[in-house]
Amino acid sequence: MRTAEKVIFEYSRPGRGASDQWPPETPAAATADLPASLRRARRPLLPEVGELEAVRHFTRLSQLNFSIDTHFYPLGSCTMKYNPKACNQYAMLPEFLGRHPLAPESHGQGFLACLFELQEMLKEVTGMQAVALSPMAGAHGEFAGVAMIRAYHRARGDLARNEIIVPEAAHGTNPATATMCGCTVREIPVDAQGDIDLQALRAAVGPNTAGIMLTNPSTLGVFERRIEEVARIVHAAGGLLYYDGANLNAILGKVRPGDMGFDVIHMNLHKTFSTPHGGGGPGAGAVGVAARLQPFLPIPVVGREPPGESGAAPRYRWLTEKDLPQSIGRLSGFMGNAGVLLRAYVYMRMLGREGMSRVGEYATLNANYLLARLRQAGFDAAYPQRRASHEFIITLRRQARDLGVTAMDFAKRLLDLGFHAPTTYFPLLVPECLLIEPTETESRDVLDAFVAAMVQIQNEAEQEPERVTGAPHTMPVRRLDDVRAAKQLDLRWKPTA
Amino acid sequence: MAFIPHTPADVEAMLAAIGVPDIQALFDEIPASLRVKSLQGVPTEMNEMQIGRLMSERARADGRPLCFIGAGAYEHHIPAAVWAITTRGEFYSAYTPYQAEASQGTLQLIYEYQTMMASLTGMEVSNASLYDGASAVAEACLMAVRANRKSKSMRILVPRTVNPHYRKVAAATAGNQGLRFEEVAYAPDTGCTALEVLQKCAAGDDITAVVIQQPNFFGQLEDVDAITDWAHARGTFVIASVNPTSLALLKPPGEWGTKGADIVVGEGQPLGVPLSSGGPYFGFMTTRMEYVRQMPGRIAGRTVDLSGRPGFTLTLQAREQHIRRAKATSNICTNQGLLMTAATIYLSLMGPVGLERTAAASHAQTRELVAAITTGKGVRRAFSGPFFHESVLLLDRPVAPVLATLASRGILGGLELSEHYPELGHALLVCATETKTQADIDSYVAALADVMQKARAA
Amino acid sequence: MSNVPADLRYTRSHEWIRNLPDGTVEIGITDHAQHALGDLVFVEVPEAGRSLKAGEASAVVESVKAASDVYSPLSGEVTAGNPRLATEPEAVNTDPYGNGWLMRMRPAAGSATEGLMSADDYLKFLETEGG
Repeated sequence: MRTAEKVIFEYSRPGRGASDQWPPETPAAATADLPASLRRARRPLLPEVGELEAVRHFTRLSQLNFSIDTHFYPLGSCTMKYNPKACNQYAMLPEFLGRHPLAPESHGQGFLACLFELQEMLKEVTGMQAVALSPMAGAHGEFAGVAMIRAYHRARGDLARNEIIVPEAAHGTNPATATMCGCTVREIPVDAQGDIDLQALRAAVGPNTAGIMLTNPSTLGVFERRIEEVARIVHAAGGLLYYDGANLNAILGKVRPGDMGFDVIHMNLHKTFSTPHGGGGPGAGAVGVAARLQPFLPIPVVGREPPGESGAAPRYRWLTEKDLPQSIGRLSGFMGNAGVLLRAYVYMRMLGREGMSRVGEYATLNANYLLARLRQAGFDAAYPQRRASHEFIITLRRQARDLGVTAMDFAKRLLDLGFHAPTTYFPLLVPECLLIEPTETESRDVLDAFVAAMVQIQNEAEQEPERVTGAPHTMPVRRLDDVRAAKQLDLRWKPTA
Repeated sequence: MAFIPHTPADVEAMLAAIGVPDIQALFDEIPASLRVKSLQGVPTEMNEMQIGRLMSERARADGRPLCFIGAGAYEHHIPAAVWAITTRGEFYSAYTPYQAEASQGTLQLIYEYQTMMASLTGMEVSNASLYDGASAVAEACLMAVRANRKSKSMRILVPRTVNPHYRKVAAATAGNQGLRFEEVAYAPDTGCTALEVLQKCAAGDDITAVVIQQPNFFGQLEDVDAITDWAHARGTFVIASVNPTSLALLKPPGEWGTKGADIVVGEGQPLGVPLSSGGPYFGFMTTRMEYVRQMPGRIAGRTVDLSGRPGFTLTLQAREQHIRRAKATSNICTNQGLLMTAATIYLSLMGPVGLERTAAASHAQTRELVAAITTGKGVRRAFSGPFFHESVLLLDRPVAPVLATLASRGILGGLELSEHYPELGHALLVCATETKTQADIDSYVAALADVMQKARAA
Repeated sequence: MSNVPADLRYTRSHEWIRNLPDGTVEIGITDHAQHALGDLVFVEVPEAGRSLKAGEASAVVESVKAASDVYSPLSGEVTAGNPRLATEPEAVNTDPYGNGWLMRMRPAAGSATEGLMSADDYLKFLETEGG
């Protein structure tokens, strides 16, 4: 792995630049109509480097990263499966890439057909009645979902319903989203088996309940076995069920949230449907709803005109506020992350109905195999009596107590051994945990190699613990001083002179 | 099996290690009543050759008309290197840089991006991106409510010259948290927001923030200095929503008025991101150092490692959803990292000179287009006063049929404004960037004249 | 082992209160709390003149892993926020009961420290609930 790279400004030389990329200089007269008082006086600080310098710099930066293309990346609840190159190539066909969002529908039927069919496929695999594609990330989809729940209750005059129930193991976006929607949050406990405490749930629901936000399988990596009972309890109290689709990979093609009783779901297309994580995004948080929430969907949604004479091709168009007057509104400047949606479409078409079920099956097979091998190697599962879903939790509480080596230390040492660490310290309920999700695109060899690495680290922890507690040793940097980063804020490069 | 590498021998060995007879046994915790029987609604699988053909057909059907639409998404030349590097697997398939030691590439790139955006906007600090320009305005309003300690009203003044979609997104996003958005009319002659009108809307009351878009949705240039000073004199925050390319020529919001804007946001798409039917794009946000803890989204900072070597890490994470939970500054988790990457590479290739030339050429081409069109019959400019690289034209007949005919000839003539601004009459928003040649402009002008002449004769 | 000075009062949310001779009170967070948070990187204290109700979030303490609200144990008016913490947030870690004080306030009439926990009670509370 390469070691370090200067900040690009350190390569700048006055007068350098990729000048063949620039338009020719415009005569001053052409901009003379811009008022002097509104003109920029000093040039902005941007790099002055040639094209090869820029290419080298950013290529070298890329080589400092771990990625799915280079490393096994078992981050729990992130679903780091292979991002097929075909998805990128076909989403970036020049006609799709060059189309203006406000181009007329007459010049977008190909694009709209892809999006409409994506809506239909997502409906089918989730068991929901309608889908909207515009939310731009999972958290954004969550916002749409909770906003729709709130809008539903208000439309029925049920103004007291402002409380969202969230299991204590939930992802942080869940309570944050509830607050953003003007709701209050009520946390309920999870029992030792990893299921929701039904007694606590019965006590928590009432006339103020707007709904409950759940992930199934849960963030603990186990299937909420009494989900039908949970749905009954919440519905009987007048609340709605929201499904956080972060863990949809576990059940894709095997179980459908709509069949479990959920009223609204969001899907993470950048997880389950393999669109790229891109170093932090873009994602797409499509939402699906049961019939009673359909009027509230965020716009725009793709609609299809009924075909006229036989033989005429279907005509696709955008449905807007006029078609959905009770919509929660527009959440995106245009229609969401269109390019991401096209990638998800290509992926789903390649999988087809046959491939969808294989996702859930092989993701679960890989997770259970990895869990079995790690337990055989002496590691402690957090929920040993449960099947893994597509992910599972190993707790290193014993190692922390007996050897002074923590989950964080294991994670850092895994980097030296060529594996990206699993998710650490989430969910907060399990001390010293590693949440491990292999995904279905990894081979048995990779999983075996990961087990071997964990065994090696365990041995090191017992025999020379500093090797682990001081890790990583071979990465471009060692552990970083977070405290200094937050206290001595250095958030932009400044020229020294 | 697409993307699944297991052979039957693998599966057999794995099932044996787990101790189950078949894969279905792994789902025994799931009630049988819930298990899916079939997914008939999903079409059968396709291999790469087949899907490639289908996508090519659909793309061909959409074609590549000549585009003169702006309205928040702008066609600029994107150097080939930008996406060649951005789609490298190490950037494309990397995760959020939570494990800093394994993500120094992404983290350093964010740091460089933050530097460029802070400078471009004339502010002190930037975040690592938001979803898009529209949601960035919503987030800025929420941030103003948190940061403006002198104000309790949560009232935000939003001129009608702010992009109509942005106004809708702000209301949909922040309306549930008690913010009140109040529209401010524009002057019909200049298409700009007049200070007297702002003053009347505000009356003597507590206003938390005012949003100013520059150039505004009509392409007109607002009196940003006067409005900024007016706002600050009465304890109102200034949220600037700006076009990043324009900032190569126009004064950045950090230099508006005496004190500069408080929060700056905008749509980053013009910086190396293709039009791609509206997304993925990215929103940018910059602000003063004193408000950094109120800013949503991720931030990268430079620090040192155990050996004293410089390195980069996400910082100020305690504000974010995964720690603060219900009290987070926002619920944003995934942002638009890949697009921010493209923008950073774009800005590095363009540099200060290239960006300035792009801005100047775009403005020049729009001026050329407007001048040529308005010599013809039945078309005139809607507003007087300075504009930047977009302008509103008034036609002597309904716009929609004209645009439809132009489209059938392979020209997208602009955006009709009757939906959002019916009071303007037959109004058309046109834009030309540096990608339009003289020949392109000539063909548009000729086609428009021809279409209008035929309509007149009919 | 947590340091719990005997002459102070305590709350269940790990704030301490000291009665000052001039009738005002001084408030901070306990040794247990600073330890749980880790190295503080930022502290936000209320401005002098601000009125607070008992239970209202009045200050924020931020480490790399958490940002927590500090709740006012009493109702009253803030007379001062600790200016040292703007540049030295770590004073809360190194000297939580001394230089790391967060704010001083004049309690409202009727708002008293008697209802708060004694040092013994707080110690018992830490043992049972763990905080």
